[in-house]
Amino acid sequence: MSPTAGSTGGANATKPKLAIFGAASCGGCDVAIVNIHEHIVDVANAFEIVLWPTVMDGKYSDIETMADGEITITLVSGSMRTDETVHLSKLLRRKSKFMVAFGSCASEGCIPGLANLSSRKQIIDTAFSTTSTDNPDGIRPIWECEVPEGILHLPEFEPVLRTLDQVVEVDYTIPGCPPESNQIWAALEAVVKALNGTGPLPPKGSVLGAGDSTVCDECARKRDVKKINRFVRIQQVAGFDPEICLLEQGLPCNGPATRNGCGALCPAVSAPCIGCYGAAEGVIDYGARLMSAYASVVEATTPEEIDKVLDGIPDPVGQFYRFSLANSLLRSGRSAWQNDGE
Amino acid sequence: MSTQAPVAPAPAEGTAPATTFEPVIIGFTCNWCSYRAADLAGTARTKYPPNVRLIRLMCSGRLDPTFVLKAFSEGADAVMVSGCHPGECHYIEQNYKALRRFQLLRRTIESLGIEPQRLQLVWASAAEGVRLAGEIARVTEEVRALGPLGWPVGNLVDIDDVDLDAAWQATGGDAGGPPPAPGGVNPDHAAETAQ
Repeated sequence: MSPTAGSTGGANATKPKLAIFGAASCGGCDVAIVNIHEHIVDVANAFEIVLWPTVMDGKYSDIETMADGEITITLVSGSMRTDETVHLSKLLRRKSKFMVAFGSCASEGCIPGLANLSSRKQIIDTAFSTTSTDNPDGIRPIWECEVPEGILHLPEFEPVLRTLDQVVEVDYTIPGCPPESNQIWAALEAVVKALNGTGPLPPKGSVLGAGDSTVCDECARKRDVKKINRFVRIQQVAGFDPEICLLEQGLPCNGPATRNGCGALCPAVSAPCIGCYGAAEGVIDYGARLMSAYASVVEATTPEEIDKVLDGIPDPVGQFYRFSLANSLLRSGRSAWQNDGE
Repeated sequence: MSTQAPVAPAPAEGTAPATTFEPVIIGFTCNWCSYRAADLAGTARTKYPPNVRLIRLMCSGRLDPTFVLKAFSEGADAVMVSGCHPGECHYIEQNYKALRRFQLLRRTIESLGIEPQRLQLVWASAAEGVRLAGEIARVTEEVRALGPLGWPVGNLVDIDDVDLDAAWQATGGDAGGPPPAPGGVNPDHAAETAQ
């Protein structure tokens, strides 16, 4: 595709413009967008795609020369890791009518957000000087570098990873790691209909392409007992029951705090929910809601018994904040902002 | 954030220099026991440090972990949760829920680098005003010894407005790590530069 693909004739002038920007992401969100299959043609018909670095050629300078608000929708699918992504997100915000935090990275930090447990030094040391890296001279990235042609600048790694809404104003959020393709189309369709005047525009701040309840609501498993006395992995469950709630069988399942919309795909195949659709409606801090839920169902009343049960969750931050650390109330571990003593 | 706003220090003679760190402690109390214990301490003129800000809940079981994390993120140095003794809950067994949340929260905040002692659980019945006052004094001194927490969420939000290099230096900077390429010159081009 070229920047002008799908722009045939004068119809182009009236087509709303769409930009898709990756920021710090794995590319899975772009794959999920392509996975809407033949609807991608409808997207190309409905929009003039002005920027999608993963898929087509495009220049940031073209965006810079646009009028403010000229782009109708911008989907940002990554988190804010470097000053470059922050700068481009701010630029796209200015040029766009609607800014959409697309996927878990943009909306809550996702897996890259777990880097907020480490200082920038720890992260760079790990990336450049661990046993898996051949770097005998201990070379480190530098943000500015003199070459014969002049001074080169590299995007600077920020001390703390942020979500899109911590950097710019966000109009809509599409959760998921990645968002389910049918949900992507549902969300885009809603906006297209609104633009055609055949449907209402979702209110600002809405979460599109997801439900307003929890994964448990979509999960077909049966719940009966309310107490659990251990947390284990699936291979440790003797007499695993394919019909009964995973949490009740002692598997740490994040369904109770996670937004629905995925179709409860993981628990359907006996894999506990890990929370990729983010916090359920009304939840301020995902991990806090989950801790509250777990603590409520543990069957133990003495500190020693409770400790024994909780030993089954060896990595509480990984369990409770796998996708949402950067968007939690504390946003990071202490070493991200404090001298790590090295 | 006025994190460590000193609370009208009235230093005793010869002690407590003006720079004494006064921790801010958010205390969650139960309507049926510890809140009344605090009230009783007041009625009996039992003194306890003014560092604690008590918030009344209907039950320690009402304590949402969100409250604790919000307190830390907005500048509290410690959080104290108090409720009825085990077996004496007004709502039968909700204080056990508080105990489990407390233990789980302590593990989580420790993984995030917050000393677990910054979250404390104290049982106190409505008759134990003196005991509660003593516990508040104990927690205050423990937290004073730990020093300020000063969680910088405000700074993290406005990071564009702060000097990134200063922030980098504040996190330890490059100290101890291998130096950057000599003289800031890309080694791939070092030969060309030398020419």
